[in-house]
Amino acid sequence: MPDNTFYTEVEPDDAKEIIESHIIKGEKVERLLYLDPDKMQHIDNSKDMSFYKKQLRIALRNCGFIDPENIEEYIAMDGYKALALCLTQYSEQEVIDIVSASGLSGRGGAGFPTGKKWAATARAEADRKYMVCNADEGDPGAFMDRSILEGDPHSVLEAMAIGGYAVGANKGLIYIRAEYPLAVHRLQVAIAQAREYGLLGDNILGTGFSFDVELRYGAGAFVCGEATALIHSMEGKRGEPTFKPPRTSEKGYMGKPTNVNNVETYANVPAIILKGADWFSSIGTADSKGTKVFAIAGQIKNVGLIEVPMGTTLREIIYEIGGGIKDDKRFKAVQTGGPSGGCLTEKHLDIPIDYKSLADAGSMMGSGGMVVMDESSCMVSVAKFYLDFTVEESCGKCTPCRIGNKRLYEMLDKITKGKGTTEDLEHLRNLSNVIKETALCGLGQSSPNPILSTLDNFYDEYLEHVVDKKCRAGVCKDLIRYEINPSACIGCTNCARNCPVEAIHGERKAPHSIDQEMCIKCGTCLTKCKFNAIRIL
Amino acid sequence: MTRISLNSKKIETIKEICASFGNKPSEIINILHKVQGALGFLPKEVQEVISEEIRMPVAQIYGIVSFYSFFSMKPKGEHPISVCLGTACYVRDSEKVLDEFKRQLGVGIGELTDDGKFSLDCLRCVGACGLAPVALVGEKVYGRITPAQVKDIIAEYRDK
Repeated sequence: MPDNTFYTEVEPDDAKEIIESHIIKGEKVERLLYLDPDKMQHIDNSKDMSFYKKQLRIALRNCGFIDPENIEEYIAMDGYKALALCLTQYSEQEVIDIVSASGLSGRGGAGFPTGKKWAATARAEADRKYMVCNADEGDPGAFMDRSILEGDPHSVLEAMAIGGYAVGANKGLIYIRAEYPLAVHRLQVAIAQAREYGLLGDNILGTGFSFDVELRYGAGAFVCGEATALIHSMEGKRGEPTFKPPRTSEKGYMGKPTNVNNVETYANVPAIILKGADWFSSIGTADSKGTKVFAIAGQIKNVGLIEVPMGTTLREIIYEIGGGIKDDKRFKAVQTGGPSGGCLTEKHLDIPIDYKSLADAGSMMGSGGMVVMDESSCMVSVAKFYLDFTVEESCGKCTPCRIGNKRLYEMLDKITKGKGTTEDLEHLRNLSNVIKETALCGLGQSSPNPILSTLDNFYDEYLEHVVDKKCRAGVCKDLIRYEINPSACIGCTNCARNCPVEAIHGERKAPHSIDQEMCIKCGTCLTKCKFNAIRIL
Repeated sequence: MTRISLNSKKIETIKEICASFGNKPSEIINILHKVQGALGFLPKEVQEVISEEIRMPVAQIYGIVSFYSFFSMKPKGEHPISVCLGTACYVRDSEKVLDEFKRQLGVGIGELTDDGKFSLDCLRCVGACGLAPVALVGEKVYGRITPAQVKDIIAEYRDK
């Protein structure tokens, strides 16, 4: 509700009561208010909910509050005011200086200072320059860029125009994933409306500055998030990266100087121009300024997007905002940074999140995916999962990434099948380091991170797999079997009826047993049994 | 590989799409998106027609089609099924859901059932991580699936 009242689990039948009581009489419907799980009290202002209390929305400022397909709602929220201010009050250099002074850095993963990037593109001499928006959000488990494009597309267009003015580019290109049809639609609507209002196109606001934006579509390739690969893909080629230098700021799209920033980075820019560099740099830590959007998912109570100041700790995010682990199980690890990041553990929960501290802990900021795992996740399998992803998404151009990652995957596969040796663990580490040092682009240079961080933090779990041939999480199928404890089984037949392969036999009201030959180890019986009679051995 | 013959109507469609992008080789990715949208998939015969139209070697087109996972040289089923193997789905056991789809349909990943009704693929994240694990049948999203529900989901489409 507009007065920050937050109702939960609302059913269609509740609508009448909300209208009659809250809207007409001004009395809140107590029983539907959010219930604080710790204090067991209803909270009548959403700002007091622990989920929102720690958050600060800059990039997501308008998401959910305005109609993204109506430019006037964006303008009513001071939209395009920053662009007007830049075009009429600031010189190109002043705009770059503001962005530099704010300390804004790349939200796509690497954290390169945005002001520096703009300055480099501005310095390059050419007859044409391009502003590119990287909307190829490829990290599985990350959906912040999608939310911004769907919820507030004009903020990105405005920022691209501001950047275009600052670096001397008249053309903007948004490279967007084909998997996001709604975001594509919203952008198309937004571009058409901005052109109609004279906020894109020739001679914007009568200032003589012209800038227009076009869309370019991705076709499903993770590596295209890398700037040089992205540019090749936009040119209609295979999305393979090339060696840097030259950087894209010197030689990018069609050989011209090109500035590439991520969606979330752009979304911060109009707010910085309006509120000033000092305001933005006052938020966050010494090295990392502003806020960061994270997508929390996995075994956690509150899943979804959050935006917090840099320097917030993992514990605050997981326990206060995220509400803790699902089903009150034990926290085991949190994976940040997607396939290029690493797994952090209990001991890292209190480090303040910024680019440097995450890198020091063996992970990375990445685009902001955060997948929380409990004790039911096997860390060797998680590492294998990421390597499977990298092997599939490696473009194949350089040998360390193409062949090295495949060998890493094979070693992990061997370990999860119970055929690994302690030497394999050494080989894993050595090869990982070689790939990191020799791969051509960011994909290969960071692909071994999930292995290195799990080796560092969960070495005993690797050892169990190779020495004891055991998987404590009960995930590695070759290392486990399901059995029914005859003294706990009452013969309710629930497991047998739900078994997809009919591998469970037994008379009604008598203990059942599992035919190990037929069992596919899907775990259905374990989740169906109400008597804790099924165990993993 | 047996060659498929394209009827003149399909060839005309491909030519029209190429022309709508000015037959420019730099527009190849947009052209492939449109052609796949119209014909369902991009077998080599289709690539040959595009090659003629935009004057780009067919080997180069094949290089692009095979590089991007969105493009397919194989036909999809009437009801294409995709199981999400993104991280959030993975830690919530989407692999078991995928295994069950394989078993129920009797096909592997990227394959089509004999009757052409279903094809099975996996994909990486549709951004519905809150509903993990997720599978798509056509464009319909099924969230929080357990292996036991797979049979019922398939049955919904079996006679459609």
